[in-house]
Amino acid sequence: MRFRLGWAALLGLLAAFVFLSLNVEIDFIARATPFIVEGIWITLAVSSASIVLATLLAAIGALGRLSSNAVVNALASFYVSFFRGTPLILQLLVWYLALPQVGIILDPIFCAIGALGMNYGAYMTEIFRAGIQAVPLGQREAAAALGMSGSTAFRRIIAPQAFRIIVPAIGNDFVAMLKDSALASTVALHEIVWRARNIGQKEFKTLQTFIIAAMIYWTLTIVFTAVQNRIESRLAAGDRNKAVKG
Amino acid sequence: MKNLSTTPVVHAIHPAEKPGILVKPGAEPVLKATNVTKWFGENHVLRGASITVWPGETVCILGRSGSGKSTFLRSLNFLEDPTDGTVEIDGVIVGADPFHKEGSERQDRIREVRMRAGMVFQEFNLFPHLSVIENCVEAPIHVKGIPRKEAEAIAEKYLAKVGLLEKRDEYPSRLSGGQRQRVAIARALTMQPKVLLFDEPTSALDPTLVGEVLKVMADLAHEGRTMIVVTHEMDFAHEAADRVYYMDQGEFAEVGPPEQVIDAPKDPRTKEFLSRFRTLGAKK
Repeated sequence: MRFRLGWAALLGLLAAFVFLSLNVEIDFIARATPFIVEGIWITLAVSSASIVLATLLAAIGALGRLSSNAVVNALASFYVSFFRGTPLILQLLVWYLALPQVGIILDPIFCAIGALGMNYGAYMTEIFRAGIQAVPLGQREAAAALGMSGSTAFRRIIAPQAFRIIVPAIGNDFVAMLKDSALASTVALHEIVWRARNIGQKEFKTLQTFIIAAMIYWTLTIVFTAVQNRIESRLAAGDRNKAVKG
Repeated sequence: MKNLSTTPVVHAIHPAEKPGILVKPGAEPVLKATNVTKWFGENHVLRGASITVWPGETVCILGRSGSGKSTFLRSLNFLEDPTDGTVEIDGVIVGADPFHKEGSERQDRIREVRMRAGMVFQEFNLFPHLSVIENCVEAPIHVKGIPRKEAEAIAEKYLAKVGLLEKRDEYPSRLSGGQRQRVAIARALTMQPKVLLFDEPTSALDPTLVGEVLKVMADLAHEGRTMIVVTHEMDFAHEAADRVYYMDQGEFAEVGPPEQVIDAPKDPRTKEFLSRFRTLGAKK
């Protein structure tokens, strides 16, 4: 209860700061908000497409990292090292500003998806690899002893167990991606931050518009964190329910 | 009596020559391992161990910890790849390939061997994401290609045999250790193997749960299953084994019926090992 009261009080203070100490112009906010909110769709589209790309790359990368083939392993670890070792914004600018120099001109939305997907894919490769390795050796041995080939054992025994370890991490990364997609404003993608800056700068009211943008991100984060928690507890409950049935 | 393993005559006793075992005349051994050798780096873990197991026989392998008996058992289905030697199960022959000169064809033969040799592990190794029945039918369906209905019927038969048919839809996490090991036995049986390999199947169990697993194993032994059991359970070996192998430092020091190896060992190493058990037993 105290916890909630504390939250309510802090929210009230924030609102009071916004409404009282600023030159609040309700009609401006009423005009700006719909314009900024429209950016949600681009933010969600970029984040969703990027997390799908990142997941695919991470799955391939993790298999590469675990491969006994030296060349494949080198490729995968090179990918991880390079994309984790350089700033995301720099990677984004390469897609948008540097690639045209060699004749590759991409729409900003594909630049954003490519940059975010490849960068997150590198981080997620290590998460996927750890998830696969977290499945005990005894599981591989039991599968092998039953005559399963390596690929059957991976598909039927290892991957489903690794998946349960990995799913929460994908959720975390999606929530982080929602916010990192704001970097795409630098490549003129009309997502939330770009819109907030654009409409705010015109009338020198960026404080208002940035607070609106912050509220939108915050709400999105709270919603998707709740969704993620639901999925996780559903996964766990699924096991319990099935178990009770017998 | 030293190094019996390299004297094929001794361990190739045809069980028909011994009382108590019925083997059809002309029967072939189910499993024949010859000169199985394993180096772990500088460590000579197996020094050319050989074993021949006839249909319907239960063979127990005894030996102190670190004697190589588990490594030997795991070499029979190539969970450990031996440095030298040959394993033949039900006509499928696989030799050691320490330098990986043979290709995928050898892997295929190893899988054939594994399909014919059901394995029960010390730590059960049930698949936690699958229910009891799914644990049992997974390999029959996806390895042997048996239709699901048929596989489930076979699995249910063996789950009933280990007394756990009513747990068919439970998940392993909701079973006791003893129940898990019995499911693991049913899972191995559902592949309808020619021989069952047990790797210290009761060592990870709470003492109160050992009995239920040993009882299932003794029943299997008595109904004529071919089994190789690595164990520390002397009473089980005495009661259920047709022959006992005593392993010491990577080779078999003594082989014979339990009345001989356990009650009247000839080899000094076997004698010493068993005398420790006796003193412990006497204290009980």
